[in-house]
Formats: sequence, structure tokens, C-alpha cells
Amino acid sequence: MAPETLIWLLPLPPLLAFFLIVLFTNRRNALSHSIAVGAAFLSWLGSMVVFILALQKEHLGEHPFEAALNWLPVGEGWLKIGVLIDPLSAVALFFVAWTVLMIFIYSVGYHNFGQPKGDHDRKGLPPHGATLTDEHGHKHTVPSIEPMYARFFAFIGLFAFGMYTLVLSDNLLTMFVGWEIMGLCSYLLIGFWYGKVSARSAMIKAFITTRVGDMFMLLGIVWLYSATGTLSFRAILWDQKVLDGLVATDGWFGLSAAACIGILLFLGTVGKSAQFPLHVWLPDAMEGPTPVSAMIHAATMVSAGVYAVIRMFPLLSAGMEHGALTPPMLAMAGIGAFTALFAATIAVAQNDIKRVLAYSTISQLGFMIAALGIGGYVAATFHLVTHAFFKALLFLASGAVIHGVEHGVLHTGQHIDPQDMFNMGGLRKKMPITFITFTIGGLALAGFPFITAGFWSKDEILADAFAHAPLVFVVLALSALLTAFYTMRQIVLTFGGEPRTQAAEHAQEVRWTMWLPLAILAFFAVTLGWVGIPEALSGGLVPNWVHEFVGSSLPHHPETLEFNMIPLITSLVVALGGLGLGFWYYRRVGSAAADRFQVPLLKNKYYIDEIYDRFLVKPAYWLADRFTNQILDRGIIDGALHGIARVAGSVGGILREDFDKPVINGIIGDGTANLYRTLARWLRPLQTGRVQQYLLMGFVLAFTALFYYIYTLRP
Amino acid sequence: MDFLTDNLLTLILFTPTLVGAVLLFLPQQEKALLRWVALLGSLIPLALALGLWFGFDSGLSGFQYEFKATWYEAINSSFHLGVDGLSLTMVLLTTLLTPIAILASFNIQERVKAYMILFLMLETGMLGVFLSLDLLLFFVFWEIGLVPMYFLINQWGSEKGERTLWGGRKIAARTYASFKFMIYTMAGSLGLLLAIQMIGIAAQTYDLTELFRTWPTMVRLENVPLGLPVSTVKAIAFWAFAIAFAIKVPVWPFHTWLPDAHTEAPTAGSMILAGVLLKLGAYGFLRLVLPLYPAEAKTYAGALAFLATMAIIFGALAAYGQDDFKRLVAYSSVNHMGFVVLGIAAAAHAAGTENAVIALNGAVLQMFNHGLSAAGMFFLVGVIYERAHTRNLNELGGLFPIVPVYGGILIFTSMASLGLPGLNGFISEFLVVRGSWPVFTLFTALSTIGLFFTGAYILKGIKQVLHGPLNEHWVGHITEINLREIVVIAPLMLLMLWIGVWPNWILDVINKAMAMLF
Repeated sequence: MAPETLIWLLPLPPLLAFFLIVLFTNRRNALSHSIAVGAAFLSWLGSMVVFILALQKEHLGEHPFEAALNWLPVGEGWLKIGVLIDPLSAVALFFVAWTVLMIFIYSVGYHNFGQPKGDHDRKGLPPHGATLTDEHGHKHTVPSIEPMYARFFAFIGLFAFGMYTLVLSDNLLTMFVGWEIMGLCSYLLIGFWYGKVSARSAMIKAFITTRVGDMFMLLGIVWLYSATGTLSFRAILWDQKVLDGLVATDGWFGLSAAACIGILLFLGTVGKSAQFPLHVWLPDAMEGPTPVSAMIHAATMVSAGVYAVIRMFPLLSAGMEHGALTPPMLAMAGIGAFTALFAATIAVAQNDIKRVLAYSTISQLGFMIAALGIGGYVAATFHLVTHAFFKALLFLASGAVIHGVEHGVLHTGQHIDPQDMFNMGGLRKKMPITFITFTIGGLALAGFPFITAGFWSKDEILADAFAHAPLVFVVLALSALLTAFYTMRQIVLTFGGEPRTQAAEHAQEVRWTMWLPLAILAFFAVTLGWVGIPEALSGGLVPNWVHEFVGSSLPHHPETLEFNMIPLITSLVVALGGLGLGFWYYRRVGSAAADRFQVPLLKNKYYIDEIYDRFLVKPAYWLADRFTNQILDRGIIDGALHGIARVAGSVGGILREDFDKPVINGIIGDGTANLYRTLARWLRPLQTGRVQQYLLMGFVLAFTALFYYIYTLRP
Repeated sequence: MDFLTDNLLTLILFTPTLVGAVLLFLPQQEKALLRWVALLGSLIPLALALGLWFGFDSGLSGFQYEFKATWYEAINSSFHLGVDGLSLTMVLLTTLLTPIAILASFNIQERVKAYMILFLMLETGMLGVFLSLDLLLFFVFWEIGLVPMYFLINQWGSEKGERTLWGGRKIAARTYASFKFMIYTMAGSLGLLLAIQMIGIAAQTYDLTELFRTWPTMVRLENVPLGLPVSTVKAIAFWAFAIAFAIKVPVWPFHTWLPDAHTEAPTAGSMILAGVLLKLGAYGFLRLVLPLYPAEAKTYAGALAFLATMAIIFGALAAYGQDDFKRLVAYSSVNHMGFVVLGIAAAAHAAGTENAVIALNGAVLQMFNHGLSAAGMFFLVGVIYERAHTRNLNELGGLFPIVPVYGGILIFTSMASLGLPGLNGFISEFLVVRGSWPVFTLFTALSTIGLFFTGAYILKGIKQVLHGPLNEHWVGHITEINLREIVVIAPLMLLMLWIGVWPNWILDVINKAMAMLF
């Protein structure tokens, strides 16, 4: 099979799984998950083949695998769609395939396959557990299977299809298709337990917030298409003439067309990758089941946003001269760095194990965006890949933690929030595999020096920032410090010390379908960093493969930075310092009340949700309901129509009362009749019925006529 | 066989009336028989239209399957029918939606015979508009469609609801709605009729193929009243046409008849009303206004684009503000048809360019797509209304566990209506936005506000019907969607997906027609 054919086929198995499950197998759990996991496996296998082929091909950057076909007829020509595997999409494919497959396998255990049906479980709510009676007559409450088990696998299948489509696209339009399909899936999955009011709000919030960005992105796509006549990446991004043309064309507000389009496209990413000010949906997205959180936060959705700007980098940086950043890059550097710090501060004050991770995701995405903003193309890509692995790992591991604690909750009947870290503690003994893997993921996130992947990718970002934008460097270094701090806080509160609740006391290690993916992801969270070690540091011992390979996605290979000790030392200091501080402080904190970082401002996420609600959501509803509906349509427009109808009605009334009735009826209608009647009455005396009288009248008339005749004849 | 091909259009046009005539002789109380005869009868025009579709050569310019017969010889008006890619698409939509709507009305219990006859008569009226190549004939069919629709709303419309008029007078909502629909459209028709008369007298013909050639370039008009200059006369006539069609589409601010009529009409009536009748207005713009008044259309395109943008934005906002599910869907038509008009306005302004062709591709495809999704949405509203006897969104909610299949179908159809990529609406909206961007950049940018609120109201609908805690009140009262109802919605869903994934089969026909027409 030609590589291109194989690439076309990659996204299809999960899509097929979606349709099969929805239409046919939705009542059969085992069959459904077999189809879904099998489909994910097929796509994974194909992806690995393609990835290896891509590695083997020389000069993949100049001669990528590509194939396109006609899709939309537009006037004389066609809008083509197709697939493209260049170094960038190859590495994206690598992390997508792995994380997706791991999440699929994990979901089987997470949704309690093999467990009995719940006693009071109903569709739309998380399972509440089932009561079993053993041979001794003892009653146990055990986890029960998810009531909509099959549906979950259908949805994540569609989700995976969206991501594969996005990564493999050779053009902006199908990329946008994949982008939006993921938007739908995140909506469906965040609201998977739609019976919960909070989940119902979260699903809408996610869709609507990202849609704000999507609308700008759509305009960017349309503008680009209008200006260049194509949406193909290669035709736009590898053609210096096209890029120069866009730079030379005027856009809005004194910016060039290239800058405007770049900013519009970036705004799409702001929504999708949850950058300030559109970050609000992502923490709420935790309402979904944990595999979904991993899917959204690591494997697919938010990575897609970053992937899109990395993909469009030649356009975003078009017109860059002598290191002066272009407007879109400035925007990215500013928003990215701000988001990185902003989200990190919020993460410090969160107690929900998943929410901490959610804010850390926002923060890490900020790192990537900022890196791209200062021109760190390779660094951003590298961090995207390593982050996908260690964040998927962290989410799945946190899901395992929750699962373990939930087991304890069911076992003890203690009513506590199984996601609150202050209800945990001491889990390292109960759940050793989860503990080790979570710690590996956490250390990678914190950038624990030399052995974790996160260290190398974050270090590369800091090095780039140090070389190009000192301010960004300072902000990012500070964020990295906070990252290490809250990560250690999380590890200590969850696994360290002694169990703080009975439920934590009875937590249980998860089954292999859950821990196996953790182990595999942990492997990558460590080793992946080794392919991107700066050669100056390794002394050329290991080639900096990431730089060579990913860098060749660009028409002009990015230069290797001169090695500088300052960013490296900074990386070391912030990572170790943050971890150390976190350990030192939280070793002694046993309850939320004792935690002095629980500042209301941070706890309430700077009140941004409240501000949006007050100044955006409520006014929008007022505009829709009160203004448009009541005032404009019912009041003004219908009022005017009714006015016309009323005028017509009263004109009709006037015509009837003042003209028809008196004039037509009174004078012409009744008048004529009256006239005749009067006349007739007046003439009645003539008709007596006596012949003599008629004869007399006849004579009189005859003579009168005769006289008249003679009179007129007289000359 | 020759008879069939020679008279194909006439057959398509009058088979529904013929079937209606057959129904006339069937016994009133045999409801099932009446329904099935109507349904099977309405499948004949569909079969013929499919034959037309496959027999049509999209590569040829001009009209095909033309049929011409003497009609009103004294005033040079003839019975002239013909199709091109534009009307073909609309004929397909009409013949497809009618059987679906008839199947959807199998639950009608009162006066089935009259109902079905009116429905079939309506089909002839709509098809006549799409097939006519004679101005006078066009107008006749334009008006014929009104009558059955008036009675459908007035007699079979929803029984609840009242409207308070001035002076505190109360009338039944369906009376109000049907009256408003009728009078409003008639008000537009008045100008249209006068303008048609004027053209007929000045050009000495009503034949469109001839008028397309002569009328736009005609510099001297015969019998012009008051000695007005030609440009003024043409501008007035342009607006007479434009307003008539704008009311029908409807373009903001002529739209307020629509939420009333759509909400009060019986389910199948709403399906046809939104699915086909609104397209008559847009079709009028494309078939008559743009070809007959290219210069005027170009001059006033900006105004039209402005109104279209207002329709997009305020249609979406108004939909978002509704608590009545059906009214919400009704307003979504204003929003979606705004894109059709935006595309038409852009094409009018940039006639002859690639942008114009792209915008028109989008506009025509959007007409077809909206026909599918609006009909589907109205049907789904009807399904839930029939069971719950309420359309109030605040009383529904939490139904997903009770009606999972219905829920899935509702989400699918809603997403098509929202314009989710992968389904049909996205393609047409993308093309319209792409085509009008270089022409009316600001309006296009503003229209995305409407697109944004489209998301808001669609999600509001889904949320208020399906999601949320299980609504105990409806357990046992609301039953799952039945087989007949699935058969109604399934073809629509298939087409939505098919056009979304592989729009080529229909877009190619549209594209060629638009490239040749404009």
C-alpha cells in the first residue's frame, strides 16, 4: 500500500467505530468497547507505520507525503482537500496515536467494565455503586458499570477521528472540520453526565467559549482563501511569493493582511487552547469523565490549538525582519506568557485534584504559545509533544486516584468529595503504581532536571526566551517555579503523609486496564526528552534529533541557539526550588484551613467567571430576550405593522361610517329608493283606475303635443 | 417514453393536483386510504424529479426540458416551463420534502381529505414557481401557493394560544398568524404584479428567456406612465420585485410574519413553509431580480447586504430569546436565510467575478440545506409537541434518558442547523462567507456575530429539552420516537451527512448553473 493511501485511511477506523456503536451495538458493552479499542489500535498501528516511513524518508521537509483530491467546485477551479505528512505532522501523529490508544484502553477500566449494574444508576449520572452480598451474607458496595458505557466509546471514537483529521490535513479547511468535530465531541463528553446541572452548564460553556475563537478563525480562513485562492498549507506557507504578497497587502488598523490573518487564526487558538481571556471553559471541562479530561487536555483538543499555530508559523512570522517580532507573534508572546503565569497562580489555590491539573494545562499551553511568539518553533513543538504524554499520564493517574478513593468511599460509606486532595493522603502505600507513575508525570511537568522529558522541552523554551525576549523569560521562569511548587503540593497532599479520611484509608489500586496505560505513558514522559538534548550540553554524544527533524518542517531551517548557561541554571533552580519549597511547606499542612495559599482571589480564579457573567452573559441574554424579541420585533416592527393594520382598519371604518353609510347608503342607495318612493307617492293620485280619467289625460297630452308641433313648424 | 420526456415538467407540475383530484372521489372516513394515496401519489413527482435530475445535462447552458404552449395569446403570455441547475435543485427539494411532510402528517385526524388535497395543491403551486419561464405564469403560481397554506394554518394550526390586538381584542393565534401571513405576502405581491404588468406592456412579452436578453439593456420603454425616465421606472420596478421577495424570504425587517406563521402551522405545514416556501423568495431574487435588473441590483446590493446581516444577527438573537421551542426554530430560519440573501447581495455587487459564483454556490446550497435542516427541526419539535402537548422549553428538560433515540436525532439535526463542519450547513455557510468577504467585508465580519449566537440558541434548545436532571413529570407520558417518524427524518439526516461530507453531487450542478447564469 502506498503511504499516501494508508494516510487517508488513518482517521477512518474510529469514525467507523462511532457509527457502528451508535447504530448497532449500543446495547452491547463488550462488543462496543472491543470495536472502539480495536479501531484505536488500527489507527495507532497505521500511524506507527507512517511515522517510521516518515523517519526513513530523506528530506521529508521538502518532499512530504501528500495527496489531494477535488472537493468543492468553486467557479472554474476546485477547492482541494488532502493529507500531508511532513515532520511536524509526523511527530503530532506520534503523540496523538499513542495517547489516544492509551486513553481508550484506560477507559475500559475507568468505566468499571465487568462490574455489576448499579442499584440506582440511571443514564446521565455517574454510577453510584452496586450492592453485592457475599456467601457469608455480608453486603458490600462495589463500583458499578457506567450506565452509558457504549455511548462513551462512540463519542471518544468520534473525538479521535476529529484529531486524526486535524493532524493529517494538508489544508486549513479540513483542519477546521476536525477542529469543530472535536468541539462537538468535547461538548458531548464534558456533558456526558448531562443529568448533573453543573455538567450541563459546563458543556455549553465549553462550546460557546471556543466558538468565540472559532468565529475569528473562520474569518481568518476566509480572508486567507480570498487573498491567496488556496487553503493548502504547502501552497501558502512554502511559497515565499505568497507570503510576501500577504505582507505587502494592507489589512485593518494599519496592519498588513498577513498580520491580520495571523491574529484572526491565533484567536481561534486562544479559544481552543484556553488562553486568557477565553480560558474559562477548560477548568469547568473537568465535569466530564476523567479519560475525557485526558483526551481534551493532552491528546487532542487543546493540543490542536497549539498545533494549528505551529502549523501556520511561517504565516504568523511573515515579514519578520532582524528579529523584530510581527504583530501576531507579539500577541502570542504576550498572551502566552501572561496565561502561563496567571493560570499557575490559580493552580496553587485549587483543592480539586483535576482542577489543579486543568490550570496547569492552561499554564503549560501558555508556555508553548509564548515560545512560538518569540520564534521558538522547535521548542514549542517539543513541549507540545512531551506535554501531551506527561499530561495524559497525570490526568489518567489522577483518574486512578479518584477511582481508588471512590472505591474507599463506597466501601466505607463515608460521604466525602473523592476529588478533594485534602480528603486523600498516604495513597503511596495503597496505590503504589499510581503513585510512581503520577510522580513521574508530576516531575516531568515540574521540569525535574535531566531525567524527565518536561525538563528538556521547558529548558528549550526558556533558552529561546532568554535569547529573544528577556521579559518573557522572566515571566516564564516565575511560572515554572510556581509549576514545580504546585506539582509538589499535589503529590504531597495526595500521596504523602497519612490518610486523612477513612475513604483514603480504604483506597485500592486500580486494575491493569488502568495502570498499564499509565506505565506506558510514564515511559515516554521520561525518555522522550532525550531526543531533544542540546548538543552543546551532551557534547554531541546524542544528536539533537528534535531540532533537526521538526525544524525541517520549515522552509528555512531554524538556527541552533548558541549555548548559554543562564537559562539552564534558571531551569535547574526553578524546578528544584519549586519542588523543594512545595515539599517543605505542604509536608506539614493537613487541612485546607491550614493552607495559607487559599487566598479568596486565587480560589475564585480572579472572579473572571463572575465578571463574564455580569458583563457578557447577562447583557447578551437581555439583548436577545428583552431587546430583540420584546422591544424590536414585538414592539417596534410588529407595532408598526399593527399600526398600518389599524390605520387600514380605521380608514375602513371611516369609509363605512362617514361615507358608505351616509353617502352611498344614505344618498345613493337608500336615497334613490326614497326618491322613487316619494315620487311614486306623489304620482299615485294620477293612477285612479278610472278609464274616463285616463282618456281625458290622453286627450290633454295629445292636444299639447299637437300644439307644440304646430308651434315649432311655424316659420 | 417520448411522451414522458417531452412532457416531463408538465407531469411533475400537475401530478400532485391530479392526485388531489383522485382524493376528491375517495370516501371521507377512509383516513388510512386517503393518507396512503396522498403519500404514494406524492412519490410520483419525486420519481419524475429524480428522472429529471439524472437526465439533466449540467454542462449545457440555458434551459432544458422546455415546454411551451399558447396560453394568453392576447397579451403574449404563454405556458412556458423549463429547468436549469438552479430550478432543478429547488424542484428536487420540493418533490423530496412533500412526501416527507405528508408522511409526517399521518397523525392528522380531522378532515384528512381536505388536508391532503390542500397539501398536494400547495406542491403544484410551489413547483410552478420554480418551473415557470413566463412572468405571468410565475405570478399565478406564486399566488396559488398562498391559498392552501392559509387554510392549513387557519384550520389545522395549533389550537392553543391567543393574540391580543389593539383595544384588547383577542383572537386565536392561528387566525392571527394565517391572516398576517396572507396579507403580508399579498402586500408584497401587489407591487410585484404591477411591475410585471409594466414589463409585459413595455416589452410586449412575458417570456423570461426573451426578457433576460432584452430587458436589462432596454433603454426606451413603451407606454411609460407620467413620462418618467427609464432609470427611475426600472429602479421602482426593481424595488417592487425586491420587496415582494424580501417579504417571502424573509429579510429583516419584513420577517415578523414568519415566527407567527411557523409556530402556529401544523407540523408538516411548518416543514414545507420553512423548507420550500421561504425559498420561493430567494429563488425570485436569483431567477428574476438579478438577471432582469443587474444594474439596479448592483446599485442597491449594499442595502440588501445590510438587511441580510441584520437578519443574521437579529434572527439569531431573537431565537436565543425564545422560550417556545417552535418559535426558536422559526427564528432560526430568519438567521439562516440571511446567509442566502447575503450571498445574493454579494453576487449582485460583484457579478461576473469568481467571488460572485462562490457566493451564489453558497446561497443556493444554503437554500437546499436549510430546506433539509429546517424541515427536520420542525418535525422534531412536532414529535415532542405531540407527546408533551407543550412547546415551552421551561417545562421540558431531562428527556434524554426517556427518549435516547430521539435525543440523538435531535442533536444530529441541531448540529446540521448549527453549521457544524462535516454536515451540510457548514459548506454553504462557508461558501457564502468566502464569497461575500471580499465584496462586503464589514457585513461578513458582522454576520459572524449571528453565527456565534446560532450556537447559543441551538445549544439552548438541546439543553432545555434533553439535558438536565431526569424530569419525572414526563416519565410514562413521553414515548420514544416511532418507526414512522424515523422514516420521516432518516432521509433528511442522510442527505445532511452526505452533503456535508461529499457535496460534489449537488454543488457541481449548482456551480455550473451559477457560472453560466452570472
